[in-house]
Amino acid sequence: MSEQEPIIKVERLIKRFGEQTVLNGIDLEVYPGETMVIMGGSGCGKSTLLRIMIGSIKPTAGKVMVLGENLAELNERLLDELRKRIGILFQSGALFNSMTVGENVALPLREHTKLHPDVIDLQVTIKLNQVSLLQARDKMPAQISGGMKKRAGLARALAMDPQILFYDEPSAGLDPVTSSQIDELIIKLSKGLGVTSVVVTHEMDSAFRIADRICMLNRGKVLKVGKREEFEALRDAENGQGFSEDELLMRQFLRGDAEGPISSEEDKGGFFQELGIFSLR
Amino acid sequence: MGRGLIDAAVFVGGMSILLGQTLSWSLRSLVGRKGKSARARVFKQMVRVGVRSIPIVLLIQFSIGFILALQMAPELDRWGQVEQVASINAVAGFRELGPLMAGIVLAGFAGASIAAELGTMVTTEEIEALQVEAINPVRFLVVPRVLATVIMMVCLTVLADLTMVFGGFVTGVLQLGISPARYYHLTLETLTNKGFLTGLIKGGLFGLLISLIACYQGLSVRPAEGSEGVGRATTVTVVRSIVALVVTDGILTALFYAYGFFDK
Repeated sequence: MSEQEPIIKVERLIKRFGEQTVLNGIDLEVYPGETMVIMGGSGCGKSTLLRIMIGSIKPTAGKVMVLGENLAELNERLLDELRKRIGILFQSGALFNSMTVGENVALPLREHTKLHPDVIDLQVTIKLNQVSLLQARDKMPAQISGGMKKRAGLARALAMDPQILFYDEPSAGLDPVTSSQIDELIIKLSKGLGVTSVVVTHEMDSAFRIADRICMLNRGKVLKVGKREEFEALRDAENGQGFSEDELLMRQFLRGDAEGPISSEEDKGGFFQELGIFSLR
Repeated sequence: MGRGLIDAAVFVGGMSILLGQTLSWSLRSLVGRKGKSARARVFKQMVRVGVRSIPIVLLIQFSIGFILALQMAPELDRWGQVEQVASINAVAGFRELGPLMAGIVLAGFAGASIAAELGTMVTTEEIEALQVEAINPVRFLVVPRVLATVIMMVCLTVLADLTMVFGGFVTGVLQLGISPARYYHLTLETLTNKGFLTGLIKGGLFGLLISLIACYQGLSVRPAEGSEGVGRATTVTVVRSIVALVVTDGILTALFYAYGFFDK
């Protein structure tokens, strides 16, 4: 895999919001065709990282290359050209509520291509079929379930035949069965179409089902990037003896344990100290 | 105080940028390959923005014309000039109250609804989705709403003008005993091209202000603010629109009638 050129390359990325440093020196490479899962607890900066990779927000420092283009060097028009080659599934599906499911999928094609309406119709049929949603074509977004909205959002993301698909918390707010179905769909699309996938999630089961490689974030830093098997080994280890601090932290997160370095970090947390009542405890 | 000034500067700056983008996208999007679908979007918004407001505008303007004539009649009668209610109604209606009342009604109907719609689209990630689909939200959402509101405001102004005159006509003929032909004649005599056209200019400008404020406030909602942000955007839109309308009306009236800006 390492002989290939990475399709996404993030170097020494820093993002600050005011005083707060959300991402603090991220390095990450994603290779063509793989499914990279970016994982971490709430507030670790994973959603911010995703939004920087799709050009929605600008980094404070560092370099982001997507499909061979340096995002910092692109003006709005060139960024739009790049965006036509990537697809994003939002947490809520982000369907346009004033249009039917079919119109939602057709919109990027109508806006960006010169295809004949009949051809667009056919394309919509194909995309909706890929996500098994053809029966909902003429429904409005308000009339369909959360899982169907995500699938419709996915069909729209697929409309322009993207080279990279970004998923923002694909299983958030879904029941376990629907969530597995979405996971199956992600696997099917990445293997069937050869699309590179970048998935941001905190759902362990889902991450282990779909990932080729996993990138674990904590407090704006990369703890570890590695193959899924490496993380499985970490999770399944009998006990944490001989583990480094970082490994113990990841193990706790992967296992979903209440006790461990994450919890004690929070116990020690600066919150009470800042309030000046630390001594009371 | 300092905070208020900063807010005001941000608002004026943001509105100016939005205005510039809207103008530039209006010219580019209505002609050319995608012009047909862009024009269809404008038409859809015209129906939505204007049609619902028509009955309310008619009711309010008829009442104002009716009331104004009734209130002025005794005063004018003291000078034996009761017929002049026709002139007063025509001046007030075409120059001032037609565009102003239509604007206030439209701020409540269309302005509030546009702000709520766009604000909700921010919270449901629809705006971000448009951006990453490489569809410019100003071109796709703001331009049709602004154009539709401007066009409909001009149309509503004409309706409002005529309805107010009709309200005065009903009072004048039924209550004050002015003959219909005389009332019609007096109205036409008072009505100048300048009076009519400056009213239309006001109407169009009010439409621009209402729709720009509504779009700006709607798009200024932060995703994390949720329904609270949408509610605030809606209220702020109506309040700022009405203030903007009245202040602009004052400035325009001064320009047209005190400084003769419209006279050649």
